[in-house]
Amino acid sequence: MTEANIVLEAKNITKQFPGVLANDRVNFDLRKGEIHALLGENGAGKSTLMNLIYGLHLPDKGEIFVNGKPIEIKSPNDSIAAGIGMVHQHFMLIPVFTVAENVMLGDEVTKRGSLDRATVAAKINEISKQYGLDVDPNALVGDLPVGLQQRVEIVKTLYRNAEIVILDEPTAVLTPQEAEDLFRIMHDLTARGVSIIFITHKLKEVLAVADRITVMRAGHVVNTVPPSETNEAQLANMMVGRQVILTVEKKDHQASGDILKVENLFVRDQRGLETIHNVSFTVRGGEILGIAGVQGNGQTELSEAITGLRAVQSGKVLIDEQDLTDKSPRFMTAAGLAHIPEDRQRHGLVLSYSVADNMALCDYYRPPFSNRGVIQQKALDENARNLISAFDVRTPSPFVNAGKLSGGNQQKVIVARELSRENVKLVIANQPTRGLDVGSIEYIHSEIIKMRDRGVAVLLISAELDEIMALSDRIVVMYRGQIVATVETKQATREQLGLWMAGAHVETA
Amino acid sequence: MQSEKQSNSLTRQVIQSISDASLVPFLAILTAVVVGGVIIAFVGGDPLLAYRGLIQGSFGSTKALSETAVWATPYIFAGLAVALAFKGGLFNIGAEGQLAVGAVASSLIGYALPEWLGYDLPAIIHLPLAIIFGILMGGLWAGIVGWLKAYTGGHEVINTIMMNYIALNTTSFLLNGVMKDRSPTNVIARTPLIADSARIPPLFEGLRVHWGFILALLVAFLIWWLLNKTTLGFQIRTVGLNPDAAKYAGINVKRIIILTMVLSGMLAGMAGTIEVTGLNYRHELGFSIGYGYDAIAIALLGKSHPLGVVLSAFLFAAMRNGATRMQFLTQMPVDLISMLQAFILLFVAADAIVRYIYRIKSKGERVVLTRGWGG
Ligand SMILES: Nc1ncnc2c1ncn2[C@@H]1O[C@H](COP(=O)(O)OP(=O)(O)OP(=O)(O)O)[C@@H](O)[C@H]1O
Ligand SMILES: [Mg+2]
Repeated sequence: MTEANIVLEAKNITKQFPGVLANDRVNFDLRKGEIHALLGENGAGKSTLMNLIYGLHLPDKGEIFVNGKPIEIKSPNDSIAAGIGMVHQHFMLIPVFTVAENVMLGDEVTKRGSLDRATVAAKINEISKQYGLDVDPNALVGDLPVGLQQRVEIVKTLYRNAEIVILDEPTAVLTPQEAEDLFRIMHDLTARGVSIIFITHKLKEVLAVADRITVMRAGHVVNTVPPSETNEAQLANMMVGRQVILTVEKKDHQASGDILKVENLFVRDQRGLETIHNVSFTVRGGEILGIAGVQGNGQTELSEAITGLRAVQSGKVLIDEQDLTDKSPRFMTAAGLAHIPEDRQRHGLVLSYSVADNMALCDYYRPPFSNRGVIQQKALDENARNLISAFDVRTPSPFVNAGKLSGGNQQKVIVARELSRENVKLVIANQPTRGLDVGSIEYIHSEIIKMRDRGVAVLLISAELDEIMALSDRIVVMYRGQIVATVETKQATREQLGLWMAGAHVETA
Repeated sequence: MQSEKQSNSLTRQVIQSISDASLVPFLAILTAVVVGGVIIAFVGGDPLLAYRGLIQGSFGSTKALSETAVWATPYIFAGLAVALAFKGGLFNIGAEGQLAVGAVASSLIGYALPEWLGYDLPAIIHLPLAIIFGILMGGLWAGIVGWLKAYTGGHEVINTIMMNYIALNTTSFLLNGVMKDRSPTNVIARTPLIADSARIPPLFEGLRVHWGFILALLVAFLIWWLLNKTTLGFQIRTVGLNPDAAKYAGINVKRIIILTMVLSGMLAGMAGTIEVTGLNYRHELGFSIGYGYDAIAIALLGKSHPLGVVLSAFLFAAMRNGATRMQFLTQMPVDLISMLQAFILLFVAADAIVRYIYRIKSKGERVVLTRGWGG
């Protein structure tokens, strides 16, 4: 490889946040037309490095070179001018604007003082055709599924002539099919000379699509390897610094009586469309029931309806024989529900609250956290310290705002809070390990199994078929708001589940 | 481009966050003062003399200080009212109306209750009754808006403005009618004087500053405590910051919205009540015009923090109070003060301008537009 091939180089980058050295003399380079994957534990400093390259933060030390020339990046304007584009984990799109309006935002094309949507739309169509993105410039962004919103973000970077595209955990929200499409798009891009930095926690993806893999740990770069010379276990080892057990170990389950009973449930989504049609199932104590299904087949509405976040149209939800249909989440928690919500930033956390406050979000009103209506800060802090060490949450202190934690560590705050509550009888875990590194996944899986072994009923909803198969004792498959199949995990095969998830029964029936 | 040295020590961080919070308001005031000075000079005045007059008039003597405190008293209550609502994610533009109904209610109790009963009440009963009645009316007035918000989704900004019209017109109707001061010489829309037993005593003989001022400071502390140390405060802030998470956490969001509005209205009602029982001893149409709107500015400038509200209430009080002296010294119209306040507010609200002028990098969290996956 010659020097000329390197389009982006970061040298000796150091970034200190209060209490954390997020990047410590990091060196990183990107070659023309390659997909360079960036791996690392939650809080290793991946997003920070990318934010520095993109100009969202300023480095304390270090230099950034684009095409061999040192450049000073003070804001995203500078990096965009240098041909760098970034797709954040938080999309930066305005839902009530059309695709074209979003794409030109900040760089508006005008014709006699008014927005020239037609020209922009034409250019979007051109880009869209060139890379097989299939994006309609006139669609409202708010109406698009996440996978398409993400493509709009990609279009946005290409529209600004990005030669270097940063994708920060793009597959965390995608269905397997959408992820496949994304990989195809990524290959199309690299074939045309675009270079890509790709962050993910999914080792399989990394091995499948990356040209080179860089692993970070605790702010340092550990190593850079080609995928041909490594494997999942070795990568996991490099990331975490110890052996990680990638398969879940569990004993046979000892199911007891029914804990959660859902009877003939009908639920509508916010647009008033019926998304859950006549769903019934039970989860017994000491059992993990997995709900498999492609995202968007009613899982969100189902878990919201059971946990009291969404109104039930008709039907019943019983926890431990108690009818809790349409009761508020407070009743549910009191009845022994622990809920890991799907959208951690929307439901699970108050980002501008401290980690300690967030860890008592559902219990602030009970002793020891409150005494006659007065918050007992000491108890909150002590609770947080215990959970931080038990669940290995990487935070400089319990007083840091949850919004300052890395994505995976935010998730750990929620999991720690929910699984540690006393008197839990039922766990509803919706995408519990989304965005987590392999080490944390291992830990949370073992915690969930421990809960099960203690006789707790667990309802697991996950878009990861691997996770469903590894944890569940029984699996139900959801398709278009209905349960289309129920199997014991021992009798289930990936292929059969995949067919059901794709709606195979409907075609045959 | 030099990024500031970060300190690891927690205390330094706390100090840092306090100075971060007050930096923009402080610079906004500074900028407004400079801009105001330029305008004074431009119209042929002497900015230094004008500002000297302002300071003399507001802090230059015991009497001046007392008058500043007199102005500050309702400002603190009303500012707290708006600030508390902000904390709960609600924009209470209706302090003006809540203040008026509070003033009407407490003056009614103040002058009419002994008449109805037919005998005089001891101050220990009469005064609290007058105050409480005023507070409750303010709370009720705002609570209606809270209820509309919680159960019909009607926006509180529209509804508080509507309620302001209703309050002000009803006040005018009452003060010109059944509640009008019937003394033969009176031509003004005002109530009779309240009984001595319903009056808050002055703090010092010969000065107008009264115990209501001390009460205002106590209430400011109480609100800080409520917001930061109690479960109710936790609920209010959670609903304000993230209503979805509040619901998830088992908080009754509707109830908290109503309660926040009621509390906010009670504070605004208190502002009206305190003027009646502590200062004017009656309600007069128009005396409180604009307090409720100044309160919004005070809450914004104070960043909705009770201490910040107290400080900015003082600033606004000093400006109002010193204005006469300034006018006397420089012949600058008192309207200049309104302009100055408008500039302060402008620079606080549009803090991007201030950040740009002084090249401060924003430390706030970025706006999340659509939700992807947090990382
Ligand atoms: N704005 C910020 N203020 C303070 N600390 C921060 C900020 N952003 C990140 N950090 C800290 O820097 C460290 C690195 O965070 P970063 O987001 O880069 O991790 P990451 O590798 O992307 O992790 P994840 O896989 O969980 O997304 C974390 O300890 C985090 O708490
Ligand atoms: Mg990240």
